[in-house]
Amino acid sequence: MRNSARAPSTGLALRLGKAGLAVNALGIFAFLYVPILILIVFSFNDTRTVARMTGLSLQWYEKLFVNRDLLAAARNSLIIALTSTLVATVMGTLTALGMDRFHFRLRKTFDTVLYLPIVIPEIVMGISLLLFFNLAFFPVIQLISGASLSLGLWTILIGHIAFNIPFVYVIVRARLVGFDRTLEEAARDLGADEWRTFWRVTFPLLLPGILGGALMAFTLSLDDFLVTVFTAGTASPTMPLYIYSLVRRGVTPEINALSTVLLLASMGLIVLSLAAQRRE
Amino acid sequence: MTGGSENRSRRGPLLVLPAAAYLVVFFVLPLVLVLVISFVERGRAGGVRTPLVPTIAYYIRLFDPLYIGIFLKSVRIALLVTGVCVLTGYPLGVFIGRAPARVRSSLMMLVMIPFWTNFLVRTYAMKQLLAAEGGVNGLLLGIGLIQEPLSLIFNEFSVVLGLVYGYLPFAVLPMYASIEKFDLSLMEAASDLGANLRRAFLRIMLPLTLPGVVAAVVLVFVPVVGAFITPDIMGGGKVEMIGTLINRQFGVARNWPFGSAMSLALMLMVVVGVIYYFRTADEGARPL
Amino acid sequence: MSGGIAVELRGATKVFGEVTALKAVSLEIRDGEFFSLLGPSGCGKTTSLRLIAGFELPTEGEVLIGGQPMGVTPAFQRPVNTVFQNYALFPHLTVFENVAFGLQMRHVPKSEIGKHVSDALDMVRLPGLEKRRPKQLSGGQQQRVALARALVNRPKVLLLDEPLGALDLKLRKAMQLELKSLQDRVGITFIYVTHDQEEALTMSDRIAVMNYGLVLQVGTPHEIYERPASRFVADFIGETNLIAGEVASLTTEAIEVKLPGGDRIKAPLIPRAVVGQAVTLAVRPERVRLEPDLSVAGFNRLEAEVFEVVFNGATTSILLHLPDGQVLIVRQPTVGTMRTAPPEKGQRVRLGWPVEASSLFMEKSEAQAVLA
Repeated sequence: MRNSARAPSTGLALRLGKAGLAVNALGIFAFLYVPILILIVFSFNDTRTVARMTGLSLQWYEKLFVNRDLLAAARNSLIIALTSTLVATVMGTLTALGMDRFHFRLRKTFDTVLYLPIVIPEIVMGISLLLFFNLAFFPVIQLISGASLSLGLWTILIGHIAFNIPFVYVIVRARLVGFDRTLEEAARDLGADEWRTFWRVTFPLLLPGILGGALMAFTLSLDDFLVTVFTAGTASPTMPLYIYSLVRRGVTPEINALSTVLLLASMGLIVLSLAAQRRE
Repeated sequence: MTGGSENRSRRGPLLVLPAAAYLVVFFVLPLVLVLVISFVERGRAGGVRTPLVPTIAYYIRLFDPLYIGIFLKSVRIALLVTGVCVLTGYPLGVFIGRAPARVRSSLMMLVMIPFWTNFLVRTYAMKQLLAAEGGVNGLLLGIGLIQEPLSLIFNEFSVVLGLVYGYLPFAVLPMYASIEKFDLSLMEAASDLGANLRRAFLRIMLPLTLPGVVAAVVLVFVPVVGAFITPDIMGGGKVEMIGTLINRQFGVARNWPFGSAMSLALMLMVVVGVIYYFRTADEGARPL
Repeated sequence: MSGGIAVELRGATKVFGEVTALKAVSLEIRDGEFFSLLGPSGCGKTTSLRLIAGFELPTEGEVLIGGQPMGVTPAFQRPVNTVFQNYALFPHLTVFENVAFGLQMRHVPKSEIGKHVSDALDMVRLPGLEKRRPKQLSGGQQQRVALARALVNRPKVLLLDEPLGALDLKLRKAMQLELKSLQDRVGITFIYVTHDQEEALTMSDRIAVMNYGLVLQVGTPHEIYERPASRFVADFIGETNLIAGEVASLTTEAIEVKLPGGDRIKAPLIPRAVVGQAVTLAVRPERVRLEPDLSVAGFNRLEAEVFEVVFNGATTSILLHLPDGQVLIVRQPTVGTMRTAPPEKGQRVRLGWPVEASSLFMEKSEAQAVLA
């Protein structure tokens, strides 16, 4: 640049600032991904250490597939996730529609109640359910029907649905806020009644939001630890509980392999959801 | 307002009823129970003593220096983690915001991918790096920099690191949302009027992106102060925080009333953040 | 007017990646002048403004303000202020705080700020709105606040980047006159960027017409309008007829142009003209007369057929086909000086124009034609 140099300090400050931003960004991405990459690399180690790579092997992955406890935990996680997602998505969507389109008393109060599970510390939610089941729910059921119940997969499910509903609600509600009402008016203008307007105009347009909420609920349920650990009792665990028990004990390539599988599964879900979003 | 149809207002409550009932029974009621249980005596073998005996002994016990210390430590750690997340996350948000539009969504995706993966797995990823038999030590031993493995884990440092690792995406997302909406031409206008970069940032950009920053603070501080998984895995029992303390009361210690009192104390501590969360933005437009 | 040069661009070039937005542009803007940069989108006018303001640095060349080279001096240290196209009012500050911002940056004592701000708001005729926020104001009000915010700092030069674009027509016209009289009163040099040629003609002391990163012509509104230097300028400014033809013969005083239909007309001499060369003749619709006085010398005369008559309010446009099919537009006042009623469709009429009212340009490829 053929420019008469003058007051270089301020131009320099700007360039330093820009470089600083880039360095910070790079640092953060490295920080976020290096541990994960190392995790994946060492899952292929041929010896039982995660300190040095000695060779390549798939042995740890093979072991995963014959691990009975692991497979049971995985199955439990999937069942609970699918069920809680289904229930929470339906309830959350209905709630979002109700809250968005109708005004009624207690609306504001209920909106607050719906947001609470999102902001409450998870551990508090977990122990509250523990107390609830043991001190209120079971005794009442016993009083009514004489049946003596205990914590199990179904109590886990109840807890998951409880924290999933708000997330679905929030996501679908956000979609509704930006919803173009004139489209529904156009449909009615063309002769569609309320029901058909809903099914043929509102619902399809809302579907990406609903699916987004469902995906969120599914992921949260699969990943949940704190609420699950207090509602599981001595029943067979879910995947996060199983991982926790392993991780507590130490650091081995088996956990690396399991973690890698889970990572890839999550990434797969993300790619799917992005592909679905791109089509809209 | 979006609730346009002045439909029979019985529809609304009907649609909302299932979720309302469910949450009242399985969410609100349990919380009320926590409150109640914190005021009754513990049973001899755990649980509660029946018939119920009211007491405030557990709240009094909370003021024991030991427990006050743990609460303060948790707040300290949470503030540290929040500070690191905000101070590194904000510049990241600016960096992404200044990138060309096509690149921005890819960059944000890169930030969010860890957010979508299992929290335990991510915490473990940190652990396997810092453990005595883990990657960092392996590297340092291997190149001969040290003779004995460093004790990098089971201390406050590793807990803080693990918490930052887990919660950084939570901070970046709302801050980036605010930064992206910020009109950069305002910075040019400030510069045109005589403000250098520092003054333009402090007087124009920061105030206008503050909602995102405050949301980030709430979204990090609240979960971190009551965190359990990370201090448990990265601290190995040596770093006691509120979360691990509460867990102990409902686990081996079997002191449910005390644990409930602690939980209530925790909730009181974060209630300010929770209230702020509701005040900001109107219904349906919150920075999740 | 001191007669000094307020702003100068010397051979300023600006390259953005693969795009060269400005190509070695040189301009001199005089003290106290209302100077417009006029051209279509992408012509480089906004880039020029940003170079002066300091938001961009030239890739080559120099920017001088008040005779001083600006070098790498950043925007916040330059003695100029800008009125942005989108106003760029700070949404979180009141009107008062917005206008006071520049004064605060220069550490003007608090006791004096109040007076300066209310003076500035009075100057733009917006008193009493100090406590409002920008989003509570109308577009026109916001525009004035942006103006006050810039003027309160008494810059040597005020830069305005299409400030009236977002206003509706009536408001825009009113603001044009207001800005012009404001500039007269305050005496500051105004550099005004616009794509609206009517606006530039109305307000400016001098205009620089730009396209493709080059300055095509600099002159007073009159000069630009009557004596366009290139076909592009002729076409961009106002309305003009463009007639294609070929050089038939040359004399030392004029060129004879042969039209495809066989007619011959005279045009002003241009350098380097060669017989047989393709040329374009430009003549403004209001200079063409129907049934001209045959006794006047120096008049071109043609016959043409009317195919459309359009009522434009104060004027009427008559569209005609020349014998070769080219379209010619005649514009005349609807009432008043006309001796006869406007012609009807299909009517054959005679028309003509004075030779010196036309311009001749050499026909080249599209890109070259711009540069001609």
